[in-house]
Amino acid sequence: MSYNKKLTIGLACASALGFGVAAWAGPDEDNLVINGEIEIVTEAAAPEHMEYVDTIYSGWRFRSDETQAVQADDFDNPSMIFVETAMEVWDTVEGTEGKSCSSCHNDVESLRGVRAVYPKWNEKAGEVRTLEHQINDCRENQMGAEKWKYTGGDMVNMVSLISMVSRGMPMNVAIDGPAQSTWEQGKELYYTRFGQLELSCANCHEDNYGNMIRADHLSQGQINGFPTYRLKNTKLNSVHARFKGCVRDTRAHTFKPGGPEFTALELYVASRGNGLSVEGPSVRN
Amino acid sequence: MASGVKPRVKVPKSAAAGETITIKTLISHKMESGQRKDDDGNPIPRSIINRFTCDFNGENVIDITLEPAISTNPYFQFDSVVPESGEFTFTWYDDDGSVYEEKKAIEVS
Repeated sequence: MSYNKKLTIGLACASALGFGVAAWAGPDEDNLVINGEIEIVTEAAAPEHMEYVDTIYSGWRFRSDETQAVQADDFDNPSMIFVETAMEVWDTVEGTEGKSCSSCHNDVESLRGVRAVYPKWNEKAGEVRTLEHQINDCRENQMGAEKWKYTGGDMVNMVSLISMVSRGMPMNVAIDGPAQSTWEQGKELYYTRFGQLELSCANCHEDNYGNMIRADHLSQGQINGFPTYRLKNTKLNSVHARFKGCVRDTRAHTFKPGGPEFTALELYVASRGNGLSVEGPSVRN
Repeated sequence: MASGVKPRVKVPKSAAAGETITIKTLISHKMESGQRKDDDGNPIPRSIINRFTCDFNGENVIDITLEPAISTNPYFQFDSVVPESGEFTFTWYDDDGSVYEEKKAIEVS
């Protein structure tokens, strides 16, 4: 039995006794089909390595019907404005080598499936790399161009474009072999309490998903929907920017976006979503 | 001129005579309210889309006045009755005097 089910029963008992505890709310039962054609898996059996959760849910299932609807049609999804910008950049020649992304990768459709397997072990570099690392590697070593800021606009737009062509494919990051030690490190971070509030990722996203944290409805903290357009800041947000926000909210010093700690954490959190569809760029509040 | 402005509209290609169709429009625009200040404390001048209209074969469908509180990339969705084949004209008016126009034809069977 999961912690959460125990919690639900606990709450139900408390309500029955008239303590007036707010009911556990969510995930809802809605289905997501984008543009009437891309079916998105928003609920799946938890991967084997997860000890305390039976079913994994996309964050989409925890949002209100209105916010959910915005993501169901690309015309309504504000992320697409940024994706269009990235499409132009895809064909724009930059750097000393006179190359654009399309010089090597042709159409962006050729990268279908890439988002689903990142972060990924890079044999040559001997480390686990995120999609952002790989893009900057391309820019520096293939194009001879300036690196982008890890969580900057150019970067998150490009990651969104690459993510968009993989929508509907199941997340499937590898956690065995050479990536295993990084994954273990990420798992350790996930369960470590940080900050003055002494909160780990698990305290909110494993023990309390479905409950409210003040005005916010806690999800499982899945990252299959990243990059995410947030209604609160009207732009696309990257995984590491989100991690940084979370760690900051525990009143701790955060790690550096793009650094080894967040890369390990991203691999671990991504592996918790193995089986959910790639959804990014998604819409959240 | 505000940069990165691009209008988009979504209109069905065909409809039955007298049918009510749903139209979606979106324009990428910063919608700078005029209330904010830059890093040096100087006010950032207002720069918004202040009016949006939609006409069908010369007849007005909708005429909207936009105010500074409307957020970035304004999106409008509205319904229109289509009596005959024709063309929708969408027009956005920028504070800086620019006018952005987009046209979409619709076939009535």
